[in-house]
Amino acid sequence: MPLSTKNILGIKELTKQDIQQILDTADSLKEISTRDIKKVPTLRGKTIINLFFEPSTRTRTSFEIAGKRMSADVINISGSTSSTVKGENLIDTARNLEAMSPDILVVRHNCSGAPELLAQYVGCPIINAGDGSHEHPSQALLDLLTIRDHKGYLEGLTVAIVGDISHSRVARSNIRAMQTMGMKVRVVGPPPLIPFGLESLGVEVSHNLSEAIKDVDVVMVLRIQLERQKQGLLSSLREYSNYFCLTSETLAQARDDILIIHPGPVNRGVEIALDVMESPRSLILNQVTNGVAIRMALFYLLLGENNANPN
Amino acid sequence: MNSPILNSKDISRAVSRISHEILERNHGAGNIALVGIRTRGVVLSQRLKEKIKEIENVTVDHGVLDITLYRDDLADGIHKPQLKKTEISFALEGKNIILCDDVLFTGRTIRAAIDALMDFGRPSSVQLAVLIDRGHRELPIRPDYVGKNIPTAKSKRVHVLLAEEDGEDKVIIQESSN
Amino acid sequence: MQTLIKNGRVIDPANQIDGSFDILISDGKIEAVEPQGKLTGSKIKNLPIIDAKDCVVAPGFCDMHVHFREPGHEYKETIETGSASAAAGGFSTVAVMPNTSPVNDNCSVTELIFSQAKKTSLVNIFPIGAISKGLKGETLSDMGELKEAGCIAYSDDGRPVMDSELMRRAFEYSRMFGLPCIQHSEILDLTRDGCMNEGIVSTELGLKGMPVEAEDIMVFRDISLLQKTGGRLHVAHISSGGAVDLVRQAKAKGLPVTCEVAPHHFTLTEEACRKYDTNSKMSPPLRTHEDIELIKEGLRDGTIDIIATDHAPHDLADKQVEFSKACFGIVGLETALPLTLKLVDEEVINLQKAVDLLTHQPCRIFNLDKGTLGVGKDADIVIFNPKTKYTIEPAKFKSRSKNSPYKGWKVRGKICYTLVAGKTVYSS
Repeated sequence: MPLSTKNILGIKELTKQDIQQILDTADSLKEISTRDIKKVPTLRGKTIINLFFEPSTRTRTSFEIAGKRMSADVINISGSTSSTVKGENLIDTARNLEAMSPDILVVRHNCSGAPELLAQYVGCPIINAGDGSHEHPSQALLDLLTIRDHKGYLEGLTVAIVGDISHSRVARSNIRAMQTMGMKVRVVGPPPLIPFGLESLGVEVSHNLSEAIKDVDVVMVLRIQLERQKQGLLSSLREYSNYFCLTSETLAQARDDILIIHPGPVNRGVEIALDVMESPRSLILNQVTNGVAIRMALFYLLLGENNANPN
Repeated sequence: MNSPILNSKDISRAVSRISHEILERNHGAGNIALVGIRTRGVVLSQRLKEKIKEIENVTVDHGVLDITLYRDDLADGIHKPQLKKTEISFALEGKNIILCDDVLFTGRTIRAAIDALMDFGRPSSVQLAVLIDRGHRELPIRPDYVGKNIPTAKSKRVHVLLAEEDGEDKVIIQESSN
Repeated sequence: MQTLIKNGRVIDPANQIDGSFDILISDGKIEAVEPQGKLTGSKIKNLPIIDAKDCVVAPGFCDMHVHFREPGHEYKETIETGSASAAAGGFSTVAVMPNTSPVNDNCSVTELIFSQAKKTSLVNIFPIGAISKGLKGETLSDMGELKEAGCIAYSDDGRPVMDSELMRRAFEYSRMFGLPCIQHSEILDLTRDGCMNEGIVSTELGLKGMPVEAEDIMVFRDISLLQKTGGRLHVAHISSGGAVDLVRQAKAKGLPVTCEVAPHHFTLTEEACRKYDTNSKMSPPLRTHEDIELIKEGLRDGTIDIIATDHAPHDLADKQVEFSKACFGIVGLETALPLTLKLVDEEVINLQKAVDLLTHQPCRIFNLDKGTLGVGKDADIVIFNPKTKYTIEPAKFKSRSKNSPYKGWKVRGKICYTLVAGKTVYSS
């Protein structure tokens, strides 16, 4: 059964069935990474281009490993966003890439919506590997897979997402994904980092961490960026930490079986305490493993969708 | 409705015979392992496993293979089967692997299955057990154990129904729907 | 050289005329406006006739807010192509904003615009001079020189005058010349890096928003300043319901405040930005349904004085980019009439009022001897069929640029003829 969409631009475009299928497929693919020979021939002769306009080691490597485990040729291209010539970069890059006939294009870009723009010019399927503050679908999918691995199900679970919601594509993708799967989402953070109108999307908003995580099944901690201080959105990391760092003390109020996830990279001691990070309730490393499986699943499910009309 | 080529009793007899043949050829159950190809090959392999246990009182290793990732027709985008788990939790080295499937047709599935197996290790041999061999091979592959040879026109479809998956045991032949 | 326009419904708000009249044009001037059939005899024998059956005959439209990009950005638009776009949209008169390169902040640029217009323009061009030199918001431009060179108002449009002290001086100084200051109302501190309205859509798209308060606060500031300084404030492209209310209150106090609205701000909302359509990226941004309702209320009760298009052509390279990097603005002139007629369909205003907002009112505010079919005036005339249905095709625009969010819209109201000084500059 093919997905309902040719590109993975965001969770927004995916149906519940799509998500279910991606998770199930990833689940089946996990086994490959445990073999001695961690490779299947599925994407032999296929070319995957990782086009990253923003520095990223973890996500890019994860996509790269996923592609290679499926025998694809994976090419990494770092795009420059520094050029001041408007319009030249993205479209020209897209046209150049088209000439290389990639089978799947993985894009990371600092501007929200850039993958959607690319999709208008590129015939092959595009996977959004994070665009601005918009979406990071593969991250949300791996988060769901991690939660499902440990809970056995998703529907009815309550999740608290803590941190800078305004600038977080991980939060946006997760809110959509979790809501699609019938989960309840609560966001926690200082008001300047909570975007306008979130409540109308059915999301609960809280500014009190220990209150907010009392009854949740999962707490997702987001990385806090130092530059928010310069933008006047934070008074200081120290004060942020006082109110929003996930520590053993705050966790003492939560349920015993609470799961802790973090999209990384982690600022230890700022948004999450070291001992919490390394506690058995923390699934941060499971997330990394599942990341490869999710990306393999996306490659598998998008394979052969190349013939569709780009427009 | 066509009358079945094999009914439940026929299938049971075939499984029984194949079990004996496997044991005979491999000099007992000591060094063999059964690997079923999803979906109905798995059912066949489980039945063989039970039968062998019955005969020799030995529980042989058993694995499940999903050959989807090894198919040669994935990239055309038409076939996109739901991927299921491959479960092989024993070492293949030194084993005689009995690959099991319901119907042997073009041989392409078996080719994929052998490739998949090889990614897990180096068995001392791979043998093939099928319930039905309907001919029309496109690759140089032949079965070691066959329930029944059924020569058919290429346009026909052979359906193997097994209780564990389909609620009843029988083999029927149908005109292809397309 | 004479022409007779027959069988049309003449709507001339300046002279409170609405009815079946024939118009006789002689030597580029309106010679006579008489009830149908009254113009008889040898006087009109063998004259070229324009048959305006089923059509409205009105003064040519006057757009007090366009960007023609010349000098400096001729790849987007020139006075020539912009004027062709104007003519195609039924406009016979436009006022061009000074954010060209170089900026129209001194008489030599104003003169250049006039000379280019004389050579290439199909329509009447009135330049607007800069409030501050180089639009930098630091020192006042030579407003007297600009007026003497022919500028009809002052504005830093594209940018607001952020410095309150400078704005205060601008109101005071411009008073000496009797010309209005047009403000692009936006507190830049609140809109930094913003690219669309701040709201639920910007939240979903992960785009930096431009809160509506950024407009309201600036309108409030200017109205406050104006109470002491005198001078005249014209609020450009009002997009916020709150700002409409501020203008309403100011008018109630008798302050010399006027405002304009662009058609996109009463026909589109922030929803148009979904899918990251850069053709829906404007400044001020497309707002909400509530704002549109308040704008319509403002049009109904006369708070909003005129319709101006904020015609802002951009070539493909400036729009076919990431949303946050795209330029603001759309081609406005060629869709203004059908979009304005939507207001008539929705019974927000009647047809006479629609014509008034596009003709007599702008000329009244900017003190132009245009927008009228009075006898002896320049024969700047538009003839349009308000019933003709068609589909908007930006590719066919006369403008050099094609950036429009209205592609594929099925609308009604088609320009048949545009005349400037009796000469047909556009016919469909």
